[in-house]
Amino acid sequence: MGDPSLKTTMPDHHHHHDHDHEHNHGSDHEHSELSEMELRVRALQSVLTQKGYIDPAALDVLIDTYQTQVGPRNGARVVARSWVDPQFRDWLLRDASQAIASLGYSGRQGEHLVAVENTAERHNLVVCTLCSCYPWPVLGLPPVWYKSAPYRSRAVRDPRGVLADFGVYLPERTEIRVWDSTAEVRYLVIPQRPADSGDLSEDALAALVSRDAMIGTRLVEARAARGTA
Amino acid sequence: MSHYTTYADLGGLPGFGVVTPEPEGDLFHADWERKALALTLAMGATGSWNIDQSRAARETLPDYLKLSYYQIWLAAVEKLLQAHGLASADEIRSGSLQQPPLPVARVLQAQAVSAALLKGSPVLRAPAQPARFKLGQRVRTRPAAARHHTRLPGYATGKQGVIERIHGVHVFADSQAQGLGEDPQWLYGVVFDAAELWPEQARPGASQGLKVSIDAWEPYLEASSA
Repeated sequence: MGDPSLKTTMPDHHHHHDHDHEHNHGSDHEHSELSEMELRVRALQSVLTQKGYIDPAALDVLIDTYQTQVGPRNGARVVARSWVDPQFRDWLLRDASQAIASLGYSGRQGEHLVAVENTAERHNLVVCTLCSCYPWPVLGLPPVWYKSAPYRSRAVRDPRGVLADFGVYLPERTEIRVWDSTAEVRYLVIPQRPADSGDLSEDALAALVSRDAMIGTRLVEARAARGTA
Repeated sequence: MSHYTTYADLGGLPGFGVVTPEPEGDLFHADWERKALALTLAMGATGSWNIDQSRAARETLPDYLKLSYYQIWLAAVEKLLQAHGLASADEIRSGSLQQPPLPVARVLQAQAVSAALLKGSPVLRAPAQPARFKLGQRVRTRPAAARHHTRLPGYATGKQGVIERIHGVHVFADSQAQGLGEDPQWLYGVVFDAAELWPEQARPGASQGLKVSIDAWEPYLEASSA
């Protein structure tokens, strides 16, 4: 809000005359191959563009950003750094927003970040039972299952059952802590570093870290286990 | 407002079945989902409504549980456009302009997207008064559901927990959702034992070693002695 980089403008009317042409140029054949949802979104985009509320080129940039630039590889680099740099790990656990911003990741749906670390004693799991809150700058867009009723309903009540859906079984003595993202704080799980990873570079470590491990629904497996899976 | 029904407060509800994992790259399952995402973000950037009003529009969709998530987003943006007079139902359905546009605060231009996303919309505000609760303090959450959009989940309503984190003063979702301004309030991380939340468990052993944390604004909480 109040971002000076966003152009302040009155919507203009000059698109008005384009409308009939734009709307009718597709043949019936072309339309018959489009889904109802596709047509509905096209209609919405068309009217919002004619009204001047949106810049169609901005839509492409938004999509490209979350498809190719902002995703879980960001978070994996945060995790790998915390595994190799104890000072960074301490900073991350104390002030995740600042520590993560130092690697270049910040912004929308990650303005206030908290990192929670898995240990031998405690496993962390992140959910948003009320909607789909998720740390976009480090994990990108949430997967369908994260936004789904099965995950949102069960994660806070039967997380071990949810973990079993992912093939993850933890010792009974392990405490499970579930973080329900009910405000604008976003949570990133720092998984446990695999035991046999001592010789790996930071980049190679990052490659071991899955998106799901940073939500808490998977573990980062030792290479030996991955090789035999 | 005397009546408010959310269909999105799912924590602890039974009967939704198993979780279906998906590979990391599977973000969209149709091209329209990409556009629904982008249209939602672009309209959000106009400043015509805030994120809490968006969430309220989504969670009150009567067919919420039948819709996919991007269908929910799309239906909510269509609903908000109509509620704010920015587009009519006819215009949304036909895709053809029938009424002149209303002024909007901003239009997100392509070249401004990266900077806008990097900046985000921080909700931390300067405290006007000291925090009422301290770390380690026992608290009880508000006993009844709100009659408006709120971020206190049903399963954590009327429950006793412990203050575990103090996040600072954050814009209050309940106020913003009603269009009543930011009304910033202290925000706390509150942790609950599973036995408090789920006196009757769905599966034997499900509560074993389980604790659940939520983030709760000060108006959701009262001091608890027990």
